[in-house]
Amino acid sequence: MSTVTNPLTPPAGGVAVSGRRRRVMPGFGLSLGYTVAWLSLIVLIPLAGVFVYSSKLGWSGLWAIWSEPRVLAALKISFGTALAAAAFNAVMGTLVAWVLVRYRFPGRRLFDAMIDLPFALPTAVAGIALTALYGGNGWIGRWLEAAGIKVAYTPLGITVALVFIGLPFVVRVVQPVLAETEGELEEAAATLGAGRWHTVWKVVLPAVWPAVLAGFALAFARGVGEYGSVIFIAGNIPMVSEIAPLLITIKLEEFDYAGATAIALAMLLLSFALLLVINTLQSRLAGRRGGK
Amino acid sequence: MKIDIQNLHKRFGSFAALDDIDLEIRDGELLALLGPSGSGKTTLLRVIAGLEHADGGRILFGGEDASRLSVQERRVGFVFQHYALFRHMTVADNIAFGLKVRRGRERWPAARVAARVEELLSLVQLQGLGGRYPAQLSGGQRQRVALARALAIEPRVLLLDEPFGALDVQVRRDLRGWLRQLHVQTGLTTVFVTHDQEEALELADRVAILNGGRIEQLATPAEAYDRPASPVVYSFVGAVNRLRGRRHGDQVEVGGLVLPPPGGRLPEGAANELDIYVRPEDLRLGEGGWDAVVVDAQRSGPRLRVRARLQGGQGEEVEVELPVDAQQAHPPGSRVGLVPVRYGAFAGG
Amino acid sequence: MAPQTGGNVHGVLALDPRELTMAEPAPAAHVRRTSPTSEPRWVQWLLIAAAIGFLLAFLLLPLVLVFAEALRGGIGAFLAAIREPDALAAVRLTLVVTAITVPLNLVFGVAAAWLVAKHEFPGKRILVSLIDLPFAVSPVVAGLVFILVFGAHGWAWPLIDEGVDLSLPLLGQVHVQLPKIVFALPGIVLATVFVTFPFIARELMPLMEQQGSDEELAALSLGAGGWQTFWRVTLPNIRWGLLYGVLLCGARAMGEFGAVSVVSGHIRGRTNTLPLHVEILYNEYAYSAAFAVASLLALSALVTLVLKTWLESRHGESLAAGHRH
Repeated sequence: MSTVTNPLTPPAGGVAVSGRRRRVMPGFGLSLGYTVAWLSLIVLIPLAGVFVYSSKLGWSGLWAIWSEPRVLAALKISFGTALAAAAFNAVMGTLVAWVLVRYRFPGRRLFDAMIDLPFALPTAVAGIALTALYGGNGWIGRWLEAAGIKVAYTPLGITVALVFIGLPFVVRVVQPVLAETEGELEEAAATLGAGRWHTVWKVVLPAVWPAVLAGFALAFARGVGEYGSVIFIAGNIPMVSEIAPLLITIKLEEFDYAGATAIALAMLLLSFALLLVINTLQSRLAGRRGGK
Repeated sequence: MKIDIQNLHKRFGSFAALDDIDLEIRDGELLALLGPSGSGKTTLLRVIAGLEHADGGRILFGGEDASRLSVQERRVGFVFQHYALFRHMTVADNIAFGLKVRRGRERWPAARVAARVEELLSLVQLQGLGGRYPAQLSGGQRQRVALARALAIEPRVLLLDEPFGALDVQVRRDLRGWLRQLHVQTGLTTVFVTHDQEEALELADRVAILNGGRIEQLATPAEAYDRPASPVVYSFVGAVNRLRGRRHGDQVEVGGLVLPPPGGRLPEGAANELDIYVRPEDLRLGEGGWDAVVVDAQRSGPRLRVRARLQGGQGEEVEVELPVDAQQAHPPGSRVGLVPVRYGAFAGG
Repeated sequence: MAPQTGGNVHGVLALDPRELTMAEPAPAAHVRRTSPTSEPRWVQWLLIAAAIGFLLAFLLLPLVLVFAEALRGGIGAFLAAIREPDALAAVRLTLVVTAITVPLNLVFGVAAAWLVAKHEFPGKRILVSLIDLPFAVSPVVAGLVFILVFGAHGWAWPLIDEGVDLSLPLLGQVHVQLPKIVFALPGIVLATVFVTFPFIARELMPLMEQQGSDEELAALSLGAGGWQTFWRVTLPNIRWGLLYGVLLCGARAMGEFGAVSVVSGHIRGRTNTLPLHVEILYNEYAYSAAFAVASLLALSALVTLVLKTWLESRHGESLAAGHRH
């Protein structure tokens, strides 16, 4: 944090006022040039390629591809399962965060560390493991199938995989917020006569729900584009359990660049919109908490 | 080395942090920049150091234009408010830093650097602590390391930004006297920023009081206290009572009392209205002054603070500071006579 | 706050050099509730059981299963699967790609963090959002993007296929030809760099902002140059954050699947990274072998987790806020 006495003094990066900007901190030109150049080269120019290519198709061309039944189905499956998984994670993730923050039990630290496993584990490994676990012969799968619930090769299977992927997003966003809620608020509610359930519902949860929402959005965004952990358990049956990213690879193998790009564009646009929502949520979250 | 500051301007957006500052700092003097938050004192210090650049004006170090020099080239010793010690280096490495980054001919051999570090550790009385890390030191010790580090490079001027702001009262008092001693020993031109007027008045050879980016007064501490040049200085340096008065021929009339003009001169301007400033300790009990009724009397350490309402004039409430006198009681409601022995008058508004 | 100078009655020059030294006060511990404002015990245990059950089913069991399946055929089969030439080639390729990707993103991350944390300029927020872009892009789309540029129908294809002749001022006639990118190592590296692009930058930016610029300014005032300031003052202060970022970046680089899958062409022994090799084995029904290779990746994931947890607990205060539990 800047520790200058006068709160109006900006950090010594300098402010251009009357055209005479002299920076005290060195390295501005170099770091700006390098950052922008590298960013453009690796991210911006390649991404722009998608938009350029799409513009060649024109809106009518894009629309034609988007309305192909198989494409529509793939998009619906990708977004639908991601939504369901993110919603499930929002609930279970909050529960997990609550339990980790508020209670002490043997193995708590271990479980806390494990939360990051989906971040660290390669998606392909997760994919085959989940398939083996929930498939017809799997440790869990056999019980579920006996009960009539088929997980593998169905959208349910996709959702299960996405729950695995999205869990840390919710937990890691909610944990710090939960840890910071002041115990005094709950004590105040208790002195005013509120029962425990009431206190949790009315005092604690409202304080954390922006974080839950942010975690939900992050898990959703991640789930939409997920590939490696899904394609094994999904079975990839067109119109039933074929996700959009897989359809892109299929079209690429068929050299249908137009089709692949159109689907990619749809996903990009929707993801960017999501990112905007997430960023707004997160800045509102910071503002509400008093700019920590 | 003396420092000349000429016509310095600096704006941040639409806010004028420094507004036409002219200041001449004498060689070897200990100057305080005093003022409230936002007055521009820290900005001025940082511009002198080269940590900020002014929009207009010049700074001359010993006659040479320093405005073109980068902060590295100016050889100023700057002590930050929160010390800015390099947290991953030992005390000794911190102090040696400025000497170790020199290149070429300027570079000192390791033995000489080590000797200088020892010398400075002695100077700031931290012998034997060279191997400690900043996190292991108290605030006062960190302060002294920051000072030693700045002195190591043999700077031409020493600049301190609120040096004692983050410390406890007792530590502050001890370090003040210590800084004064240090200044006498080194003879370096030293400029320090503070918002604590007691500190400024006690330490400095001269004080510059800033407000709103301008210098209100540049004077010795005694002068600044006894003859404040403006209402701002009056209010900032010491407590003060403010009354309304008006011209009365070539004298001043306040609350029914006619007084000779302060310093023998009436304030400039044609306005009839005057703002009168009287310090609490410049009011005495006695006849021939204002009649007042006591509102409240409170002991405050060695002094008695009496609040009384004037019977004449605008009926203002004034604060009077008296030595504690066991014989005299001043219960609320009792009548007292208040005589001002010194006051200031400025064109009113 | 910690009490300061030891008491002394002799005034100014008698400050005791052996006065108490104080460590930084510990960060305030979070209050844990087990008091009247707490749920009844049975509710607590129910919630704990539900949470643990959920975590077991979704996190722990899959991990355990990887190792169980890998060793199902016995140690011999396990080692055979790992020592198989294509598997070894995949290991090598994965390591090479990671070894190239991480330093590249490291340099970028440091440059971007220096720019954003120590300077003010218009458009800073936009720049930071742009750096986050790869997070919003599906890995498959990331791969597609590079195919569109460098693939056989891409707009940079002529540069690869035939190259271009340029006449440069000092060097005269120069033939510039890019190597094969898609279906080769450069493409895999590019796709991996894209996907792991923001990791290190996002670690360092908040950390450096938190640390402020005072130490750097102090170094400048003492006469240090720009690079000296960076090496001696900034770098030591961010080293744990750097390590953390490198760890996350490396883990992700090793495990990247979707983007690499699109860009690599799946050429056995040549352009298959470890995750791709796992996929191939699995699709050929060589389940044991697939899990054996997968267990290598799972092992590296566990190592990553252990290091990550260690960094957070041991050096938490040197990391950006939000990494301290």
